[in-house]
Amino acid sequence: MRIYVTSVLVDDQAKAIAFYTETLGFVKKNDIPLGEASWLTVVSPDDPGGTELLLEPDGHPAAKPWKAALVADGIPLTSFAVDDVEAEYERLRALGVRFTQPPTAMGPVTTAVFDDTCGNLIQIVRVPAA
Amino acid sequence: MGDVFKALADPTRRAILDELADRDDQTLFEICSRLAMKHRLESSRQAISQHLDVLEAAGLIATRREGRYKFHSIKRAPLEHIADPWLERS
Repeated sequence: MRIYVTSVLVDDQAKAIAFYTETLGFVKKNDIPLGEASWLTVVSPDDPGGTELLLEPDGHPAAKPWKAALVADGIPLTSFAVDDVEAEYERLRALGVRFTQPPTAMGPVTTAVFDDTCGNLIQIVRVPAA
Repeated sequence: MGDVFKALADPTRRAILDELADRDDQTLFEICSRLAMKHRLESSRQAISQHLDVLEAAGLIATRREGRYKFHSIKRAPLEHIADPWLERS
């Protein structure tokens, strides 16, 4: 068994694909219309055959209160690996991205947390070489 | 107003103040991350939230909401004159 897709719940798929591609730099992989929404996924340009991120609509009535509660407490459910947290922080801030936590050393790792504009907080982390 | 000394009597609450002294405006998630990664304190998020309530009642931290986020900062005023009654020589 392997993980081929994981999802974030977004409030608007059009806004989400713009943010996740133009701002974050991911690449659209699948955009398959399914009723009112699409099976809409992105991948890292560094790993186009790797795990896909599904931009899943948050239309379920429980989704929005759940997301709001997580955001209020600063909790990111999704985490992306970067080579340089400081550089990514500066790059994204220059693009207007709002961080709830600037780069901070947490023991062996450095992390930062930003708002994806779609109702989620996202953590970026430099993963030490294995 | 809660008791400052009672608030400071707990080592987890002192660790929270250690971390908030580093930078203002931390989310609950950041405080929990710092406690886990830097102090090896694996308290539940709910327990940390209760510690924050005690610190806030004692006037040692303040919270503010900005949009959808909630941030915590240290308030040093209650600490500044805490020992004055014993330090003043008549």
